[in-house]
Formats: sequence, structure tokens, C-alpha cells
Amino acid sequence: MLALIAAPFVLPHLGFTSTTINRILVWGLFGIGFDILFGFSGLLSFGQSAFFGTGGMIAAYLLTVMNLSNVTVAVFAGTIVAAIIGYLVGLLALRRTGIYFAMITVAIAEVFYFVEFNPLSRFTGGENGLPGVPQPSLWLGFTTITFGNDRLVYWYLAACYFIGMVIALRIVRSPGGAILSAIRENPLRAAAVGHNIHSYKLAAFVIAATYAGFAGGLLGLMQGFMPPDAFAFDTSGQLVMQTAIGGTGTLVGPLVGAAVWLYLSDFLQTTLHLGAAWKLVLGLIFVLLVWFLRHGIVGALVDLWRLATSTSRSKPLEAAKSDPTPVANAPVVQFMPAAQRPSSDGNETILRADGVTKRYGGILANDQVDFAVRRGELRGIIGPNGAGKSTFFKMLTCEVPPTSGAILFEERDITGFNITRVCQLGLTKSYQVNQLFNKLTVRENITVAALSKRGPFRLDFLRSLRSVRGLRERVDETLELVQLTGRASFPVSELAYGEKRRLEIGLALATSPKLLLLDEPLAGMSPRERIQTIELMKSLNAGRTMVVIDHDMDAIFELAQTITVLVRGRVLVEGTPEEIRRNSAVQEAYLGVSEAV
Amino acid sequence: MFNGLALGALLALIASGLTIIYGTLGVLNLAHGAMFMLGGYAGWVAYQHTGNFLVALIAGALFGLILGVLTERLIIRYFYSRPPEDQLLVTFGLGIVFVETVRFFFGSLSKTTTLPAWLNGTTALGFMYYPTYRLVVVGIVAAALLALYIVLYRTRIGMIVRAGIEDSGMVDALGIDVYRAFMLVFGIGAMAAGFAGIVNAPVVSISPDVGEAILVQTFVVIVIGGVGSFPGAILGGLIAGEIISITSVFNPGYSYVMLFVAMTLVLVLRPYGLLGTAGRE
Repeated sequence: MLALIAAPFVLPHLGFTSTTINRILVWGLFGIGFDILFGFSGLLSFGQSAFFGTGGMIAAYLLTVMNLSNVTVAVFAGTIVAAIIGYLVGLLALRRTGIYFAMITVAIAEVFYFVEFNPLSRFTGGENGLPGVPQPSLWLGFTTITFGNDRLVYWYLAACYFIGMVIALRIVRSPGGAILSAIRENPLRAAAVGHNIHSYKLAAFVIAATYAGFAGGLLGLMQGFMPPDAFAFDTSGQLVMQTAIGGTGTLVGPLVGAAVWLYLSDFLQTTLHLGAAWKLVLGLIFVLLVWFLRHGIVGALVDLWRLATSTSRSKPLEAAKSDPTPVANAPVVQFMPAAQRPSSDGNETILRADGVTKRYGGILANDQVDFAVRRGELRGIIGPNGAGKSTFFKMLTCEVPPTSGAILFEERDITGFNITRVCQLGLTKSYQVNQLFNKLTVRENITVAALSKRGPFRLDFLRSLRSVRGLRERVDETLELVQLTGRASFPVSELAYGEKRRLEIGLALATSPKLLLLDEPLAGMSPRERIQTIELMKSLNAGRTMVVIDHDMDAIFELAQTITVLVRGRVLVEGTPEEIRRNSAVQEAYLGVSEAV
Repeated sequence: MFNGLALGALLALIASGLTIIYGTLGVLNLAHGAMFMLGGYAGWVAYQHTGNFLVALIAGALFGLILGVLTERLIIRYFYSRPPEDQLLVTFGLGIVFVETVRFFFGSLSKTTTLPAWLNGTTALGFMYYPTYRLVVVGIVAAALLALYIVLYRTRIGMIVRAGIEDSGMVDALGIDVYRAFMLVFGIGAMAAGFAGIVNAPVVSISPDVGEAILVQTFVVIVIGGVGSFPGAILGGLIAGEIISITSVFNPGYSYVMLFVAMTLVLVLRPYGLLGTAGRE
């Protein structure tokens, strides 16, 4: 805010012309939306020019050809049209992710460019653009303020930028913003904890298009002319480069990037008389920045600041690592939200699999598995490697569809559902290989999972995380339960392996499942971590139904009331730990005697 | 129809180059359009000096190969372990550097390549007369694609490359220098673009910006055909070529729109492309 007020007084002394400063604001605003899309959600679009141009053209058309006098209305109309087009384009482009998404956005933007030039040139002025766009003005009911010169236009644009920034800050700190960051880090897990990731990505795309349309409208006002090259691929490219130079995921990065870009382009052309070669120089600078300064200028400054203040932060980490007293000695917290208590009828079946079969080509992973879990039970599943345990879990959570057979959860046929919907129904699992949101902190990880209580998708991008009822309590409880309260502010990458495993369980737990599946929760743990986790599982079972796969026989025999043994994709036997221990078929399966028979 | 075939064959060749690079290295080369443009310029310079069009063709291809190998060795190699967004950004930046370098040395004005007389006439096809060179284009591009196919599917290096597409870490563990294969693939991919650049030069004059439109068309080709699929690139190229040329007969302004409509149809009906498979992103 202060910087915005100070800028027009300071920057001219550094060689910025007032037009350049105004351009920087427009590009900075354009970039805020792009940063939400790319920096926060991880979607790299090379097609933002389509929305920039659309918003600008609509506003300019209303103001010039249609003689609309209210500038604010015109800009808003342009913004809304850009948002609607963003929604439609997003529906198409987001059918795919990664580089496909990048390619599709390029192609779509190019279509807009050609449509603007040819079929629609009657409206857009073709290659001449739309001249005569009035200066910005604000109608206040009784009087109209006109921003007549560059200085005044600056205040108008600065106010717009400020509003845009405030809204963007709210967005990235909202529940939806947290989920977008999670999608960037690990889309698979974000879906698995019950979020409809496609809708969230689409929302981010529309937000970016809205900002682009708004900035486009302002561009016309600022220049008094709406140029057709707002639609050009170069516009999208410049936006991408400015954002990368300034720093992604920072919101102010694009503004800084725009300042660097536009200043250098002025400087190289007018002062150094480089002519057309200015772009070559900027291209080289860009390549070097991407190479060596991954997070751009703002990111580098933030890193530097962290480095300077890191001494105070690294201490608790050291303390935690060198602390010899095992956390396992800490009292185990009882976690039993009332809703999770088992119903009085202990024999009710919560999950049933009927004749579930999975075939991968010629390989039969699961063959006619019948399986039922009662509410409140702790079931163990054991079996030699390759018995089809993990595949079976994947089918139960609808990650992969069974080749044949049906899965019923609370009497409801969930076969063919997707993983998000199943999680929303109250069935989720922790993964055999950690699936965490690596760049987020422990608290943020749990928060994202706990947010699934809101439903698969909600448009609450302007709400603060703190105002979500019961969220904080649920996150704190989960943290305490998996004994990570002391590590809540650490990013996942700084955790020890055992802690990551507990967080993995915590993610599943935070969705408040009615049935929790744990896929090898003890794999790879040190003896101490193992004891800790077994205790954790015991405490979890007091109130929820669980199914645990593990190779750790002692643990399963200790924990489970009933054990199912899977061998070569089939249920070999099912029974109490005592029965399984004595069963000769189980011993054969493990010792391989049956092979010799 | 025949105009579409020539354009389609060219697009198929460029798209194959892009798609084998992506399929093997997992890098989407946004500088591919610039490499196409550079191939055209390299060939044009050679043609100016020697007056021999065959030399020009070889120069375009060779320049593409060398440029690709150098780019991989000096830059792309350091980006394999980085997120895909970084790879997109750096190749995008490289593309700009290439384009602006050419603009710096050759200016923005377009250069025309005049064909030798024996290629410049028309040929009687029995039912119509047709520019000889366009027939030649179809021929040499088909030959180039065949060569690419043989290298990829019938040689030892091709086997390594295809194994590398599946699991480059495993190939590395087997004691084969995957990076050398990668370097070669990038070179071959860039060579396809460079060669297409000089083949195309006599049809339309070349300018520093000629690669940008081609890159966009190539993306559409790949989305239609399926990412990482060599046959998909060829099929997609031929389809796109026909769409562009047939639409141009009626109204050139709509050729992009029709191309886009085709892409949309494919995305809606077969999201992984006509010959693509699920799971490759």
C-alpha cells in the first residue's frame, strides 16, 4: 500500500516514465490472476491473452461504438464476459493436465487472435484496434470524477490494483486457496481426501480470466486505444516471463517482473539504442533467471530473508531431532467425536465386497474376493507379497474399478464411484507410499484434508480459513492424535520418515472417515516408531472401524479382532488371530510348502 | 486435397520431432518452432552460397541436428530433474532467444528461396497440373518419416530410446548411457524440425516469426494425434493439413477456427488423442 502511494514520487527519478508506471500496474494486475493460476495452483497457461484481449475489447467497444458513458460499467462488463469465456475455455482445456493443458491454452488463444483479426474485425477494428477509448472516470451519483492526465490515471489504476490485491490475498488464504496449493503439490491425494479437484482448477482458471479481463479493460482506458495485439501470443508470453522473473506464488511477483521488464525494454531501446535486440537481451535474462533463480526476484528476496532469520527457526528442529526421549511415552489422546461412536448394534455391516475380481491383462490380482467388515471392528489383512492386498484396497476406495463384482458401503453400491465421492461418503485410506503435500506445512496438510467436511467443492474463495466452523478444533485434535503438534509449522520435507508416516495416517484421519483403511502403516519404521504407531492405531480404533494391511504379523495379531488372509488374489482363510496362528494352510502359504505339494 | 497433403506431411514431420522428444525425455520443447525457423534460415544461407538446393536441404537438417544436440547437452540436461513448468519456461525462453538472434542478424523482413528450374514447374498428373515442388515435398517428407521410423523401430539405438520412454531410470541401471541416447533424440527431433524448415522455405518465404504459427499448429496436431505417439503425430498432421487447406479454399480466416473445432471434438470424444493412450501426461 505504502509502496503504491510512494511509487509515483520515487520511480520517475529512476528513469520510469509515467506511462511506464501505469503499464506496470496494468501488467501487475493481469499477473495477480495468472499467479493464482500458475504459482498457487500449478497450472501453466500460455493463453491468458485471450481473456486480456476479450475484456479489453468488450469494454472498449461499449465505450466507443456503443457510446456508453459509464466507464466502470464498461470495464465490469468486459471482466464478466472474460470470466464467462474463461469458464468455457477452462471446461475444455482442463480436460487434460500438464503439458497438454499448456498446449491447449496456446491453441485456444491463437484462435482468439485470428477470430479477432478476421471474422470479428468489423467489431474489433481488425489490425487497427479500437481508438478513442475515453479516460477513466468514476461516476459517484452526484458528480463524475475524470482522471485526466497520466498522474491521475495512476491513482485510478493504483486503486484498482490495490482492490485486486486485497481480493487475491483473501483468495489465497481461503479454504479454496489452501486446496489449490494442495492440488499443485499432489493432485491425486487432494482428490483422495475428498476434494473435487477439477472444479477447483476450473475456479482458479476463471479467477485468472477475470483478472485478465479486468486488466484488459484498464489497458484500453490507460492508452485511450485498445490495441489488437493484446490478443497476441506475445502477450501471453510476456505475462509468463514477467511472472517468472518477478517470482511465482508471491502475488506481487508479477508487478516486480513487469517493472523489470518494462523498464529494461525502455532502457535498452532508448538509452542503449539496441533497437530490436532488446528482446534478445530480455530473453537471455529470462533463461538465466529460470535456470538459476527458480523463484524469481521476490522469491530470492524471501529466501534471503529466511536465511537471515533462520537461526531462530532451526533450533527447535535440532532440539526435536536430538531429543532422546521417545514421544511414544506421551499419553495417548482419546479422540472420539460423538458422531464417530459406533452404533449400539455391533453387528451391522459397514462394508461388503461381493465376488470382487481384478484382472490386469493376463494377471489375476484379485479373484472372487468376498469380504465384509462390521462397524467398530479392527480388521487385519495379511498375505505374502503379490497376494493382491493393495489392489484390493484400491478397489475398495474406488481408485481402480473392479473387473467384476460389487462393493457396498453402508448398504450402498459404490462400485464405479470415484475416489473423491467415496471419501465424502466416509471411506478413505492411508497410502503404502507416502502421498503428502510436500511443500505445505504439517498443519496445512491436515487442514486441507479436514476441509473435505465442507463437501467436494465450495466456492468460498473469499472466506478466511479461520471462519470455517470447527476446522481449527479438528485440525488440532488430529495433530495431537498423530503426535505432530510440535511439528505443525514445519514443511513436510523437514520431517523424519516416521513422522511422515504418521502424517500420512493423519491426512486420512482428518477427513473423519467412518471406515479407515491403512495400507502398511508400519512399513519401513524403526522399532521405536513402530511401537508408537501401534499405540496410535489402538487409540484410533476406539471409535472407528479400521482395516489394516501389514506384513508385521506381531502387530496385526496384537491389534486385529479378525484377520483375513489373502493368497494369490483369493481369500485363503478368515478368523481370529488365534485361529489364523494355528491354521496350517496359512503357515504353508507363508513358508511356501504348498508350492512343493 | 494435394495442397493439404503437402502441408499435412510437413506438419507430421515437425510434430513427430516434437513428439519423440517429449515421449523420450518428457520435455515439451517450446523452442521447436524456433528450430523449424532456424533450419529454414540455415538452408537459405547455404542456398545463397552454393546455389544448390540439395546442399540447402542437408544444411537445414544438419543445423537442426547440431542445434538440438547442443541445446540438450548445454541446457536441457540440467532440467530433467526439475519440475515440468521449468522445462516449459526455459524452452520458451530459448525459443525467444533463437528468434531474436535471427532477427538481429537477418532483420525482420522475409527471405524468399527461389527454386531451381527443374523443381519449379508443374507436373501433369493425368487429371490435373500440379506444382512439382509440392509433389517433391510429399515425397521427401515421406522419405524422412520413413527414415525416422526405421531409426526408432528397427535399430539398437531406437530400442534404447523406446525403452527409455518406458523407464529411463531402468535403462540407466542396465548400464546403457541414457543421456547419450537422450542427446541423440533431441538432436533427431530438432533435425526433423530444421529439415521441415528448409523444405518449407520455398513454399512460403521465411521470417523470424515463421516458427510461432507452426508451433501452434504442431500442438493441435499432437493433441489430435495423442502425445508421445509417433503414428499419432503423422495421422494428426495429415488431418490438420487437410483441414487448413480445405478451409482456406473457402475463407482463410476460418482455418484456425476449423482446426480448433477439430481439436475440441477430439478432446471431447477421445481426450487422449486419436492414437494416444491414457496415462501419458
